[in-house]
Amino acid sequence: MVTEKNLSVELCGVRLTNPIIPASGTFGFGTEMATLYDLDVLGAISIKGTTREARFGNPTPRIAECNAGLINSVGLQNPGIDKVISTELPKLRACFHNPIIANISGFSIDEYVECCKKIDREEQVAIIEVNVSCPNVHNGGMAFGTSAESAAHVTRAVKAVTTKPVFIKLSPNVTDITSIARACEEAGADGLTLINTLLGMRIDTMRRRPVVANKMGGFSGAAIFPIALRMVYQVANACRIPIIGCGGVSSANDVIEMMMAGATAVQVGAENLRNPFACKELVETLPATMEQLKIENLTDIIGIVK
Amino acid sequence: MEKTVFKIISNKPLTKCIYEMCLEGNTSAIKNAGQFVNIALDGFYLRRPISVCDFSDNFLKIIYKVVGKGTEQMAKMQSGEQLEMLTGLGNGFSVNNCQKPLLVGGGVGVPPMYRLAKDLVAQGKQVSVVLGFNTCEEIFYKNEFEALGVNVYVATADGSVGTKGFVTDAITANKIEADYFYACGPLPMLRALYDKLDIDGEMSFEERMGCGFGVCMGCSCKTKNGYKRICKEGPVLKKDEIVW
Repeated sequence: MVTEKNLSVELCGVRLTNPIIPASGTFGFGTEMATLYDLDVLGAISIKGTTREARFGNPTPRIAECNAGLINSVGLQNPGIDKVISTELPKLRACFHNPIIANISGFSIDEYVECCKKIDREEQVAIIEVNVSCPNVHNGGMAFGTSAESAAHVTRAVKAVTTKPVFIKLSPNVTDITSIARACEEAGADGLTLINTLLGMRIDTMRRRPVVANKMGGFSGAAIFPIALRMVYQVANACRIPIIGCGGVSSANDVIEMMMAGATAVQVGAENLRNPFACKELVETLPATMEQLKIENLTDIIGIVK
Repeated sequence: MEKTVFKIISNKPLTKCIYEMCLEGNTSAIKNAGQFVNIALDGFYLRRPISVCDFSDNFLKIIYKVVGKGTEQMAKMQSGEQLEMLTGLGNGFSVNNCQKPLLVGGGVGVPPMYRLAKDLVAQGKQVSVVLGFNTCEEIFYKNEFEALGVNVYVATADGSVGTKGFVTDAITANKIEADYFYACGPLPMLRALYDKLDIDGEMSFEERMGCGFGVCMGCSCKTKNGYKRICKEGPVLKKDEIVW
């Protein structure tokens, strides 16, 4: 008999009934999934990364299968911030009543600022998650998230135009993630999401060319879990702000590990693509796993591993 | 869409690398010819999208080509084994008021045409089917189509059976009359049909997919009606919306 478990957690004053959040880019704008199950079982939803203008993204093929994961080079396909606000958010709000995390991308500081200004007015958005893995068109295409200075620059600019909690979603494709995490914290970030995908590649040996049209793409899936966990652990020990752990999570035990390493909530990404019911099943299996591990309140284990 | 476990009833080769698999399980989410299922395979991260050849209550038939390690593994599966899959994916072919539909299948694009032909025959339409293959050894399902009582024409690239050349050559050689067309097959075949036929129609497209149910944006394409996901608003696109 499983006793009643407390799964609720809090991110910068935003209460989640449980820590499970579908990661941006693996759940669309939520609406498609609402036909499958009651989305209100989820702690929050991080919606598809949004930019100022509508984007088609990269040419296809955009997907390459790997051992225990996949590479994607979707390239931030999205309808643009105005359409997301006018169409997608109202549709999601009709079928989801828990906090929405708006994932914002930009290719310039101006773009981040404009998108965040607009999303700041949307009541249903509880948290803004800023993806700094995009290339900066004003800086030779180097991703904002690969230097402490530019990541802090984005953080300061965005914080100046919103009152909502801002989480910076960090790239793992760096030499020292803790220095970038600290720079974001010092620049005013309210929290951090980590990690984004790892840059990867596959080759079609018959055709002698890369599998994805863009040659390289972001690698995610179960294979990256130990890397993500390690980075969550390192950043948790370097910063005081809350962390959303993300990367290769596919079981309730993974969720517990992420939280023990220092995550307050956990995003589930690639697993949603293999199993559309993955997040719901995780929420359902968490209490039994907590029982086995003698955990009553999930908040008790956050960062417990030193 | 539903996530269902199916039991394999039979799994047999039709040609050297084309297999027919019959399964038992809940097919309630499958509505139209031209839809697909997305199959989970042990040891593979992503599912394998395979078009539906035929279905009825609790019965599913798929025909697949062995093209890689995943489909190789499928080919080795025995009756009694189980496969978990997502069913009822994609839009499928539309039903309209055409009277003389032409159905064109090329290679592994033939299977979805089978159920479509069955449906159109049931509606009392005068159905013509053109099947394209490279050689006589690759031909499958010609007899099954003929058993539906439709006119079946074959084109082979090497001329070993039927019209020598492509499906477009068979259409010309047999002076096939049609007021609408449906097609599934390799991209050059679809393009050739698009250029040759001056009637309306629709075609089923292929793309590498991540999820197969519309959330990852892995299989997007541009159409005259905006961006579409092959797995969700496709795989069937109307001729007049296609952007090559």
